[in-house]
Amino acid sequence: MAKVRVLVGTRKGAFVINSDDARRDWQIDGPFFAGWEVMHVAGSPANPDRLYASQWTDWHGQVVQRSDDGGRSWNPVGNEFAYQGEAGTHQWYDGTPHPWDFKRVWHFEPDPSDPETVYAGVEDAALFRSTDGGATWQELAGLRTHATGQTWQPGAGGLCLHTIILDPSQPGRIYVAISAAGAFRSDDGGESWKVATGGLRSEFLPDPEAQIGHCVHRIVMHPSRPETLFMQKHWDVCRSDDAGETWREVSGNLPSDFGFPIAVHAHDPDTIYVVPIKSDSEHYPPDGKLRVYRSRGGGTEWEALTNGLPQENCYVNVLRDAMAVDSLDSCGIYFGTTGGQVYASADSGDSWQAIAEHLPPVLSVEVQTIE
Amino acid sequence: MTTVRVALPVHLRTLARIEGELPLEVPDRPTIQEVLDALEARYPVLRGTIRDHGTAKRRAFIRYFAAGRDISHEPTDTPLPEAVTSGSDVFQVIGAISGG
Repeated sequence: MAKVRVLVGTRKGAFVINSDDARRDWQIDGPFFAGWEVMHVAGSPANPDRLYASQWTDWHGQVVQRSDDGGRSWNPVGNEFAYQGEAGTHQWYDGTPHPWDFKRVWHFEPDPSDPETVYAGVEDAALFRSTDGGATWQELAGLRTHATGQTWQPGAGGLCLHTIILDPSQPGRIYVAISAAGAFRSDDGGESWKVATGGLRSEFLPDPEAQIGHCVHRIVMHPSRPETLFMQKHWDVCRSDDAGETWREVSGNLPSDFGFPIAVHAHDPDTIYVVPIKSDSEHYPPDGKLRVYRSRGGGTEWEALTNGLPQENCYVNVLRDAMAVDSLDSCGIYFGTTGGQVYASADSGDSWQAIAEHLPPVLSVEVQTIE
Repeated sequence: MTTVRVALPVHLRTLARIEGELPLEVPDRPTIQEVLDALEARYPVLRGTIRDHGTAKRRAFIRYFAAGRDISHEPTDTPLPEAVTSGSDVFQVIGAISGG
């Protein structure tokens, strides 16, 4: 019988939530690393018992934890993320040069075939890789030293690299997204990078169609259609069908096109999910109603999914890394809120249940489907 | 060599699996840096959590106290007070007060 394991990072620790494939009864284990912010927990597709967790506080900086038994026990591994060479500067909020300074790991992306290899997206924005199970980390410096790097500016959350997509169809092709620099693509395993923001438009920029400065919140890809990418931007939901060369807006009839996460159905590359948020300062759902929106046509036409979600007086947010899907036949969708709830749907979003209700604010949600 | 007593914040004790106050063997007449070097050598998991990797600069939310005195801003090659090297007082690593 298959199992589902939900990996939840929160402001005060990590939780591992398990169920069988019926997805009715859930067991919550944790908190792990209690009192620390856990930015992200990710499992290796090649060995689901191998997990990586990013543990962090302002006091003590970055710790990386590794589990080899599916989250029952953990051990710290390497936590030194040294920029390669002279780090130089990026732009600060006021436009002045600001030294590149490592703060924390926002996202781990384990290699699909090698459990010892894992990528880390960090703040200040850079991409690192470990090939020894997290013991040591090496920067793929071609990204940070891109010709535009000195012009990158942080969003309110910091200059964070939060999205890493490894193209399963084309070895060496990697996408990353950085707030608020934009999106980038490498076709040579991270040696060199090109800007992947053609067609994006951000009204807050002096030049709304500038190459750099778009606050990309999240990008997803379905492995069966790797040329197609979906993006939730600061404002706008966008789509690219040419591997990020050009984008077009597919916000359509959403009540707000601001939001953070975006997810794609495990079995249908045209079915995508977002959680509209009222505005860039009012970080809660419009009208106090927590609604996931689903498009079955790859955007533009959206339907509200509300069954089981609070429809009055709800003022939580759903952060960029806090939505994920399982790969059971009836695809499960999961998301966590800043109010400490984790919601799950076992029927592609038609109905929802809270599988955890009183956790610390949720920073990230990942899901493993274990056969 | 001599032994000094080191007190760490609770989250670092948890991380390094240390219970209570730590007796730590250090060179005679140890400096701040020598105590921290010895601590990190014995507990590598603490590297980067008190001082930054590379620069060895004290993290912003951390202070060092010895014999009731704040020695955070003294040069790191400053010898620790006699009260600490004799074992009658403790070298404290303290985090800024706040629960976050």
